[in-house]
Amino acid sequence: MAAKKKITLNRRDVVSRIVRDRGDMLMVTGLGSTTWDAAAAGDHPNNFYLWGGMGGAAVTGLGLARAQPDRRVIVLTGDGEMLMGIGALATAGVAAPANFTICVIDNQHYGETGMQETHTSHGVDLPGMAAAAGFAETATVWNKKELEATVPLLYETKGPVFVAVKVNTDAVPMILPMRDGTAIRARFRESVLGDRAYD
Amino acid sequence: MATTKKKQPAAVTWPAEIFKTLKDADIAQVSYVPDAGHTDLIKSCLADNHIKTTRLTTEEEGVALSLGAWLGGDRSALLMQSSGVGNCINMLSIIEETRSPLLMLVTMRGEWGEFNPWQIPMGQGTQKSLEDAGVIVYHVDNPDDLAETIYAASQIAYNTYRAVAVLIGQRIIGFKDWRK
Ligand SMILES: Cc1ncc(C[n+]2csc(CCOP(=O)(O)OP(=O)(O)O)c2C)c(N)n1
Ligand SMILES: [Mg+2]
Repeated sequence: MAAKKKITLNRRDVVSRIVRDRGDMLMVTGLGSTTWDAAAAGDHPNNFYLWGGMGGAAVTGLGLARAQPDRRVIVLTGDGEMLMGIGALATAGVAAPANFTICVIDNQHYGETGMQETHTSHGVDLPGMAAAAGFAETATVWNKKELEATVPLLYETKGPVFVAVKVNTDAVPMILPMRDGTAIRARFRESVLGDRAYD
Repeated sequence: MATTKKKQPAAVTWPAEIFKTLKDADIAQVSYVPDAGHTDLIKSCLADNHIKTTRLTTEEEGVALSLGAWLGGDRSALLMQSSGVGNCINMLSIIEETRSPLLMLVTMRGEWGEFNPWQIPMGQGTQKSLEDAGVIVYHVDNPDDLAETIYAASQIAYNTYRAVAVLIGQRIIGFKDWRK
């Protein structure tokens, strides 16, 4: 087996870099760390923060992408969260919305619950699975240079796009966004739908 | 021996009535894991140019998908068999916590005239499980009540931002005669 590649990217740097180009993109974040990452990169009404529903981030983004075909929708989630709803790759690969991207912040561990290894520590290749499920474009990012080259893929390439960004397990400060689900939902819908949010 | 006239079953119209009801309720997205009882409804949805259909791998995907659709302004319906309800329980928490609408149409197994013993545990637990997860439940056994109940359920879901399930009784679907 090939020697393990050294992972240098810090998750907060990665997420800050990605959202810097957000424009009118809509983002769904998976429970736990990616929700904190999004908050740390700057709260935004176009962020829908999940604090639960493990395994549901990708399909939440899929329903949103189909409802808002003219906006880019990015699902930002963890490797453990993605693995729990792995069938979503097949569902999204077949539904194939062109405006849809899944970006997994892959630390190869269940960070939130004590840093136990996930299957990606043992060779499970999420972008490979996404490609096999029919995603139009897939990539694995290992370093800063690759990240720079991949950001346009997240926003512009005809989807569905799947990118795994390999990040290290360094501790990062806990930064929490709003947590009242009803408020998060109402703020997000108002931002996307305007007056129609309260129909 | 005199031939007795075989009783003709009345034409089944309820799947078409459900479809019309979904259109009347402005349902824009339909997701499903198939059940035999939903066959005609799924066909109608797939053939409709305005309804976006999503085939799911497991039913809880449809719960999250419905939330996403609603976040983007689409009303949706989620079709499944009663056994699929068991796959949804934790995902239903995102609907309750965000006070978002959800309309589930569940074809029942494990009740009226069931033959397969393996369907009984989930079928008998379907309504209780949904109610424990915060879902408002209507169980319908008369086909004449079905369309109206589904319309009423859609109004509760989308006007009061609540999860609602309509259980389509096995008595309506008709039980399989396994001897044939
Ligand atoms: C259904 C369910 N199972 C388990 C948990 C506990 N849990 C919360 S976060 C998490 C790990 C998430 O790992 P990952 O998505 O890789 O995120 P990371 O913290 O590593 O970035 C787990 C197992 C949960 N919240 N829900
Ligand atoms: Mg992880």
